[in-house]
Parts: sequence; C-alpha cells; structure tokens
Amino acid sequence: MIEFFTTTNLGIALLIIGQCLLIVVPLLVALAFLLYFDRKVWAAVQMRKGPNVVGAFGVLQSFADFIKYVLKEIVVPAGADRFVFFLAPMMSFVLAMVAWSVIPFNDGWVLADVNVAILFVFAVSSLEVYGVIMGGWASNSKYPFLGSLRSAAQMISYEVSIGLIIIGVIITTGSMNFGDIVMAQDGKGLFSWYWLPHFPMVFLFLISALAETNRPPFDLPEAESELVAGYQVEYSSTPFLLFMIGEYVAIVLMCTLISILFFGGWLSPVEALPDGILWLFAKIFFFFFVFSMVKAITPRYRYDQLMRIGWKVFLPLSLAWVVLVAFFAQYGAFWGTYARWTVGG
Amino acid sequence: MSVADFAFYLFALTTVVGGFFTVMARNPVHSVLWLITAFVGATGLFVLLGAEFVAMLLMIVYVGAVAVLFLFVVMMLDVDFAELKAEMAKSLPLALLIGVILLMELATIFGTWQFADGADAARAAVTPALDVAHNTQALGQILYTDYILLFQLAGLILLVAMIGAIVLTLRHRTNVKRQNVIAQMHRDPAKAMEVIDVKPGQGL
Repeated sequence: MIEFFTTTNLGIALLIIGQCLLIVVPLLVALAFLLYFDRKVWAAVQMRKGPNVVGAFGVLQSFADFIKYVLKEIVVPAGADRFVFFLAPMMSFVLAMVAWSVIPFNDGWVLADVNVAILFVFAVSSLEVYGVIMGGWASNSKYPFLGSLRSAAQMISYEVSIGLIIIGVIITTGSMNFGDIVMAQDGKGLFSWYWLPHFPMVFLFLISALAETNRPPFDLPEAESELVAGYQVEYSSTPFLLFMIGEYVAIVLMCTLISILFFGGWLSPVEALPDGILWLFAKIFFFFFVFSMVKAITPRYRYDQLMRIGWKVFLPLSLAWVVLVAFFAQYGAFWGTYARWTVGG
Repeated sequence: MSVADFAFYLFALTTVVGGFFTVMARNPVHSVLWLITAFVGATGLFVLLGAEFVAMLLMIVYVGAVAVLFLFVVMMLDVDFAELKAEMAKSLPLALLIGVILLMELATIFGTWQFADGADAARAAVTPALDVAHNTQALGQILYTDYILLFQLAGLILLVAMIGAIVLTLRHRTNVKRQNVIAQMHRDPAKAMEVIDVKPGQGL
C-alpha cells in the first residue's frame, strides 16, 4: 500500500491531491468561523450584538451567507471582457490558496519543503495584484477601473517594504526556508524569537500587512461611502464571493507569516511546554484578533497619507534596518543574535 | 513519461503558446496577459532546472513588477488598431532585420559558450557543486564576492538611469495646492475646536 503511494505516478498524484485537500478544506472551514469571529469583534466594540440568528449564537452565519452568495444571479456588465472578467476572481482566489503550499504547520508538516519558500510566498502575493487590475479593467466601467488603479498602486507600494523587512529576517537566519527560520528561533522560549531583535520591524510588518491586504485603516479599495467599492463594483454572486474569500485567505496568510517570521511559528513560548501545531494556531488567532481590533477602532486613511507613509516613512526605515541588520550580523553584535548561522552552512 | 517530463512539456508549451499569443492577440491588454503566461511558464522551466532562486526572481521582478507597469501603460492607452496595423507594415523590414541580428548574436554567444576552448573549465570554476552550496548561496558567492565590482557598477548605471528618468519628467508647478503633513500632524484639538456651552432658548 505504501509502495503504491510512493512509487507509482498515480499514487504520487493522489497523495499530493490528498495533502492539498488536507490544507484547503480545513482552511476554508476555519475561515467561515474566523469571518463570524471578525464580525462579532466589531459588534462587541461598537456595542452591538452582531450575527446572532443563524445557529446557536449565530455561528452558522457565514454558511448562510455562502449559500446566499452562490444562489444569487451573476450579472455581467454590457461590453465587459467576459473571459478576463471571470478569470480575475478565480485568480485572486487560487493565488491566495497557492501560497499555503509552502507554509509549515509543525516540524516537517509542509506540503512543499522548498529552499526559497519565503520568496515563493512573496512572489505569489505580488501576483495577487493581477486579480485586482484585471477585475477593474474587464468590468468596462469607470469606477471599477479607477478603483483598481488605486488599489493596485497601494498593494505595490507596500510590497516593497514587506520585501525589505523579510530580507532582514533572511539575513539573521541565513536561509529562506520557513522551517529553518522557525528553528533558528528555538532556544530560550519567548525571548529567542525574532520579535526581540527585529522589534521595530514587527510593527512595520503588521502595518504593511494591513495595507497589503486592504484592511482598515487602509481599506481605500472598498471605501464604499466615499469612493464606491473599488474594483469589485460590478461583481455579484459567486465571483464576488471568490474575491472576498481570496481577501480573507490573504489576511490569514499574513497573520501566519507574522507568527512564523517574528513569533516562532509552532515553538512554545515557555521552554518547559512542548512545541506543537496548537501554538501556531493560537498565534494566528491572536493576530487575526489584532487585525479585527484595528478594523474596529481606527478611522480610514486619506489616499495621499497612505502613499506618503508607504514610500517616505516605511521604505527608508526598512531599508536602513536591512543595512543595520547586515552590519550587526557581520560583526556579531549582541552576542550573535543577528547572525544565527555558521559560515558556509 | 515521468512527472518531471510531463511538467517540462507543460511549462514549455505554456511558454511557447504564451509567446505566440503575445504577438498575435488583437487586444493589447490580452497581449500583456499572454506575456505573463509566458513568464510563468519560464519560471516553471527554471524550477525544473533546479534554479529556484532565479525562478522566484523572475516571478517577483518580471511578473510582479514589470508586467504590472506594462499593464498600467497599455490599459491607459487609447489604441487605434487600423493605424497600428498600417504602421506595422511600414516598419516590418526593420523589425525583421533587428530580429535576425539578435538571433545571430544569440547563436554566436551560444556557440562560444558551448564550443570555445576551455569553456567547460571556465564554467566549472565559477559554479560550486550543488551538494556544497545550493543555488542561492552560489549566486551570492559569484555576485557579491567574485564579481562585486562589476555588480556594483551595473547597479550604479541603473541608479543613474533612474535619476535621469526622474530629472527628465520632473516638473515644478507653482500654483498647485499641496498637503503640509507636518502642519497637519501638529494640529492640536485646543486650537482646531471650540466647545461652546449653548444655553437653551438663547442660541449663540
């Protein structure tokens, strides 16, 4: 039986498909409850009840919404480029899922253990901008087009600083593999994680992640009250649902990245407790809570402020940090905290 | 056919088909989208060669940045196709000439790379074995240790080009209202707002 799955082509293909399903299905189910949790948090901050009708305490609200979206009519604007119009939401959904293939959930629990995993995630997330541009252009309508230009510019701007922050982590680890990055943070529990040596960058990464995933206070793409709902104006039903799920999967991915890069992934914060996948889930859940709290309590940024903070504040700061980290790593400052590799290793 | 063979034919076909439709597509936006397909196919080919770092850079730089710029420019253009066709017929001989010259140059480079005396030794000298260093380290070694001066000079040329582009397009317009961010950040509520206790029935 084991030979069938490791030697024959069909067996290998089945095994890979099985592993993919093992990631995608729990992710989507977890997403349904995270969406519910998100709405409950805003409701609590605004002293409302939030969803409370479907199922006990409204826990099934997301599933009801799902059925509602799927059963609605798909409206295609006249003169729209039909192929690109439907390609765009599919792309943003699929790309958001693809990035999970290199994320490790525990020691060795990873679908594709590639050397350049972190670059892969970065490359895939830089492709996500195409869903936005194509969706806005294919709608053949002014407002989605302007909205797509606006959000594409925003996503590109913040990608630059995210990339530079990641370089700092790579320099300290000496590897681009997520497993190596987590294991380099092993040691004295909480205090050997990267949040301590890379302290200012944790906040920069968090804020850039908010901007990259179009979350408040940077949710200009969907500032429905003043700018129309951006690139998704003409979308309805399942295509819109795909855009929305893609966006939320990207948010959870960003929470996972913060947990892995700066907060030790599956490592336990106290040395005495065993490491494990539950720690990673707890960290992701915590950062998702932070994301929802930020949405609940911050007012929206103005577009010029958004661009200014991306290019004139975050970019120089993260660039200077890369130089500083490289310097620390080369000269072994702070007892080698910044260089956790051996030369030639 | 092994899995790797299948993947090779898939990516090779994607690249070729993408390249073909980049040229043939009537709509320039579709053209750029096909170009992106070709880039993604090339990325797959690099991965199959074991050059995963180059593959990811191709994805990040070309697909994630350059093609986005292309798409921006092409989407904004108001292209007249009939005029474009006439223009193309006129400059076809020149385009063919340039194409042939490029092809010959590529052939020359490939020939010397493949058949020159000592080419094998020269190539083997710069590339460490895969079991010693994986290709990210090998590239770093070559770019930042062996050829650091050439690499820095290339960077400098790019910097000059960038500054040149900025200088050429920079316009100082006088009567434009700008946001003064420092002033905005130092506004304080005491100066900006006034709380007035309005007595009922009196007004202000």
